[in-house]
Order: sequence, then structure tokens, then C-alpha cells
Amino acid sequence: MSVLSRWGAVLLAPAMALLIALAISGLVMGALGVNPFRVLTVMVDFGDTPSQQVTQIVAVLNRALPLFLAGLAVAIGFRMGLFNIGVEGQYRMATIIAATVGAAVVLPGPLHVALIIAVAMVVGALWAGIVAVLKVTRGVSEVISSIMLNTIALGLASYLLTGPFRGSPEGASIVATAEIPESGRIGGLNGVFDVLGLANPPRQLYGFLLVAVVVGVLVWVLLQRTRFGFDLRATGLSPSAASASGVDARGMVVKTMLLSGAVAGLIGLPDLLGRTYEYNSDFTSGLGFLGIAVALLGRNSPAGIALAAVLYAFLDRASVPLQAAQLPSSVVTIIQGTIVLAVVVANEIARRLSRRAAERASRQAPSAPAPQAQQPAAQEVTS
Amino acid sequence: MKAAALLLAGSLALAACASDEPEAGGGSAGTSAEGGGELQVGIAYDTGGRGDKSFNDSAYAGASAAVEELGGTVTDLTPNADASNRVDLLTQLADDGSNPVIGVGFAFADAIAEVAPQYPETTFAIVDSSVADAGLDNVTGLLFAANEGSFLGGVAAALKSQTNHIGFVGGVESPLIQEFEAGYVAGAQAAKPGIQVDVQYISPAGDFSGFSDPAKGYTLAQGMYQGGADIVYHAAGASGQGVFRAAAEAGGQAIGVDSDQYETIGDPALQAVIMTSVLKRVDNAIQQFITDYSEGNVTGGEDRVADLESEGVGLSTSGGKIDDISAQLDTFEQQIVGGEIEVPTTP
Repeated sequence: MSVLSRWGAVLLAPAMALLIALAISGLVMGALGVNPFRVLTVMVDFGDTPSQQVTQIVAVLNRALPLFLAGLAVAIGFRMGLFNIGVEGQYRMATIIAATVGAAVVLPGPLHVALIIAVAMVVGALWAGIVAVLKVTRGVSEVISSIMLNTIALGLASYLLTGPFRGSPEGASIVATAEIPESGRIGGLNGVFDVLGLANPPRQLYGFLLVAVVVGVLVWVLLQRTRFGFDLRATGLSPSAASASGVDARGMVVKTMLLSGAVAGLIGLPDLLGRTYEYNSDFTSGLGFLGIAVALLGRNSPAGIALAAVLYAFLDRASVPLQAAQLPSSVVTIIQGTIVLAVVVANEIARRLSRRAAERASRQAPSAPAPQAQQPAAQEVTS
Repeated sequence: MKAAALLLAGSLALAACASDEPEAGGGSAGTSAEGGGELQVGIAYDTGGRGDKSFNDSAYAGASAAVEELGGTVTDLTPNADASNRVDLLTQLADDGSNPVIGVGFAFADAIAEVAPQYPETTFAIVDSSVADAGLDNVTGLLFAANEGSFLGGVAAALKSQTNHIGFVGGVESPLIQEFEAGYVAGAQAAKPGIQVDVQYISPAGDFSGFSDPAKGYTLAQGMYQGGADIVYHAAGASGQGVFRAAAEAGGQAIGVDSDQYETIGDPALQAVIMTSVLKRVDNAIQQFITDYSEGNVTGGEDRVADLESEGVGLSTSGGKIDDISAQLDTFEQQIVGGEIEVPTTP
């Protein structure tokens, strides 16, 4: 019973939100003269041949991967009440520096990859650390400083790319860093499809998926099963209560931002190590901002974020076949937007409901011998 | 599991309810299978998609002109906001049987290199990117000698300048835009040796905001006009609006880019300052490519350069503001076509 109700509570809000979002999107589509049923059919149609279908699954997972990492990075901050909008800048800096270091060294396979990952995490952490230091020593809001650092990161990355880190020949249309050699790349996971007896398309499933799963599990353990995670969540729930019980609030800000930045540093790596092997002027941007939406959607838990990232990627994928079917692909944006809004609203409603339930419980618990006396008060709260 | 099932059921029910009314509106489109053997052109746009009044619209114009003449359909797809799905666009078009498939913009280079080998029966083309060394024998590169067009722009600016001082505002300091700068400066120097040319870029390579930042374009151009320049050429996409605004305020002139901006600007105050535009006929190149494809004249694995000679680049004359120097412009054009003048591609 308690397990069921707990899971019910966890799933209720997002499920409700999804339904409400679909209802609103359906109404909008109806108003636009678009048949929502046809939109839905196109969205879930992954193609005719097995090879096409698997390709589409790979496309969704490859897109979900950076979104998951971005959501995770944002969520770590959220859990402590820190709004790290700087994920965008953190992963840009991390990716370009990791790409350059990766191209500059020659190491045996696993070490080379490990070095690139380590560099990316350290750079991401340091860039986020600036925000933490400003907040702890000068009281600068992390929202302001991280937004500003995004702009600085963008400019700095452009400077590095066109200046000292440039690896592409003079006159090439796309400016890029030097290519990471074979030993520093992570191969695809398409062997899995052979094992499962599915078609094996040319499109490769990013091997970084394994790293992301490990990172997701580690973050979950860290947040839910360690003293550090407890302090972090306690500070997020009530900073004053946490510091009254001996949590070093300033230290927690620094540690949380470093951790958030380290995870943010990984966002660009699925693409970097699995497909492009270089950072270039056309590298996917904006993932840090999408991470905010994904974290909200996933309610800041690693498993929820993974689901949210896949949902987001699934919706994103649909924009191409929708256009091909002469349907407006903007419905994807509408659905994504309404889902996030609905989740935020649903979370708030769920939070209030559970708080009221808790209040009712705490009022009733001490007065167990005389329940009838407390009855009116409890009703007052709920009404 | 239960929740998922419930969810699915709910969404299906919901969709079913809502689908009652707009049946007619939604159902009509999409079934574009008009017999086999017909030309089915696929276009994947650069970010911005159709309606950008520039590059993408020009590509669409070329494709629809070709289809109008030859019969068939055009399927056009726009990438998502961060353009991370370029490969998906090309895959979708090729899977749907579109042939030829055209990627608009050099950013498609990697995506085409990945997709083209998977569809050896499909003919691909990419605008603004060379495929000569890529080893892809079903891809054609559609290139433009932007430096040659810009050279004539530089000649016109130099001849028309009263102050012997002109300017250039580039969108993003990338090799592609530097080609415009190189041609422009060379043209100005050829027409009037010693002329002063201010060169500024809105954003560095890697930061594409320079193509969509009219405010910054305005500031840079304003600085040039205040510094004594009287004609400014922009190769900055939508940021060019700011350059025109600065020209209108300063009483100067400006040169547009890519399409005939005198015709497309739609604002009389700004139209008045557009002396000419350096044209890049993406529409012509694409129409020609599709026509050649339908006639079986596409070899693949090679580049086609649209230049002054093939009228793929050139100056627009709407507004009649450069009619008085048309003789000199023609002379320079002949010299470029004849090979007497070699226009540089890098500044």
C-alpha cells in the first residue's frame, strides 16, 4: 500500500502533466486546423523497414544522451536550491578544451578516452566554480553570474577556436579544432542490435551511453545514499534548518557547483567522441538551456531525467517526419513547451497537496487520544 | 506499466475526440504521390528555414521554378532550433524517395558525407561547399564565386564614393564571408587605388549571432559613416537591416547582398539607400542543377562554380543608381571573365 501510494504520488504529477499538455496541444492543433490524430500517428511511426526503425531509435537515444547529461547537471544545482543557468557555457568551454587536449596527445585507447573525459569534467567544474566563488565570497547571485559567464564562454570559445586551437586548414568553411585520433574515440554500440536480433543500420548508437548510465547511477547514489547528498538536499529544502544543524552552507555551494559543472562538462562528449571528433563552429549549441527544461520535466531525479530526455528526444525526432507529411513541425515545440509548463504547475500542486497531507498528519499524530477535538482544524486547512 | 498504458489510452482517446472537426483541413495535405517516375526534389534548409527572405527562399524559388517547368514535387524540410538533426533531414528525404536531395548551406557538409554513401542511388547536392576532394561520387557541390560579385560591388562603391572612403560589415568572421571582403577590397582598390576601406565583423567564427544582430550591424555601420565613409557593403544576413538603417540616418548609401535587397526590403526609407546588391543566384544554380539532373547530365563528385561568366553572381540594377557607371562595371566584368583580373579569395 505504502509503496503503491509512493510510486503513485511520484508518477501522478508527470502523468497528469503529460495528459494536460497533450490536451492543450490537441486543442491548439485543432484551432490551427491540424488533425491531432494524424500528428500522433506520424510521431509514433518510425519507418517501414526494420533498418529505418532502428535508425530512428538510435536517433532518439543519441539526442537524449546530451539532454540527459544537461538535465542532470542542472538538477544537481536545483536539488540544493541553486539555479545553474551556466551549464551552456560550462559545456562549451569543457568541450573545446577537451577536444584540443584529446587531439594533442597520443595515449593507449582507454586512457586516452579517460583523459578527455577527465579534462572535460575539470574544465566544466572550474568554470562553474567561478560562479560558486563569486556567490560565497561576494554574495553574487548564481543566476546573474552564470548567465554572464555563458556569454564570456561563448566569446572565449570562439576566440580559442579561431586562434590558438584552430586545427582546420585556412579557408575551410567550417572552422574546427584538430581531429581526435582513433584511440581517443568511443565506438558505437550497434553490436547490441545484432545480439538482440534487430537490424543493424549504419547510424551508430553512441558508446557514451554507457558512461552516461554510470554517471546517472553515481549521481543518484551520491544524492540519495551519502552524507553529502543528504546535506545537499537538506540545504535545498531549508537552508536555515540545514545550517542550524551544522551543514557548512558555503562549502556546500562550492561543492555543488563543482559537481554540477563537472557533469555539465560531459554534455558535449557524446557528439565529440562518437561522431564529430572535433569541436567546430557548427557544434550543437543550446543544450545547456534545454537541460533546464529536462530537469524540470524529470523532477530532478536521475531516473526521471532519463525519461524526460528520451521524451524530449522523441518529440524532437518527430519534427522531421511531420514536415515530410506536410504537417507543421511547430506542434513539437508547442507540445514540449506545454509539457514543461504543465509539469511545473503539476509539481506545485503535488507539493501543496503533500504538504497539506503532512500538516494534517502532524496535527493529528500528537492528538491521537482526542481526535474529535482536532477535526475542525484539519478541515480548515484543507478547505 | 499501468500508468503508461493509462497514459497511452488517454492520449489516444484525447486525440480521437479532437480529431472530429478538422478532418478536412488536415487530411488533404501530405499525400503527394502523383504517379511514379515524376521528379521529386528534396530540399533540406539551413537554420531559419523557408521565409528568411534570403538564402533558403532563394533555394526554394529555384527548386519550384525547376519543378514548374519539368513537373513533379518539392519536399522541403527545416532543421530544429539547434540544427542537430541535419542527418535526420537528409535521411528522411532519401528514405521518402526524393531525388535529387539538396542540402542548403555548407553546414550540411558532414551530414551529407555521412548520408550520401548510404544511398548510392540518390543524387545529392550541397550549396556552398566543395565536394571535389570528398570522394563522394553521388554528391555535387554548388559553389559561388562570391569574391567576383563582391569585386564589382567594390568597384561600384569606389566609383560612387564622394569621400574616397567606404566600408564593409561582415556577419561572422568565417572563411566564407572573408571571401566577400577580399573581393570587395580588391575591387575598390582596382577602381580607385588608395581608397580607404573600413572592415569590421559582427561576431567571430563559431558565434553565428552575427547574421542575426541588426543592432550590432547598425552600431558598426554608424561608426563607419561617422568616420567619413559614405558607402557600406554588408555581407551579414539579417544584420544588414541595421546597416541600412545606419545609412538612412547618416544620409549615406549601402550595398545589399545575396538577393536583390532593393526589391525585398519592403521599407521605402531603407530602399532609398540601397545602391545595388551583390547577387548570389542560389535559385539559378539549383534550378540548373535540377534541370541537368532530369536530363541525366549530373556526373557527381564534382563542383559547379557559379561565377560572373555563368551569371551566377553579379550586381543588381533595380533603382537605377549604378546605371551611370555601368560601362566601367562592364569593363571590369569582362576583365574578370577574360582572366585578366584574378580576384583574391582571402583578405
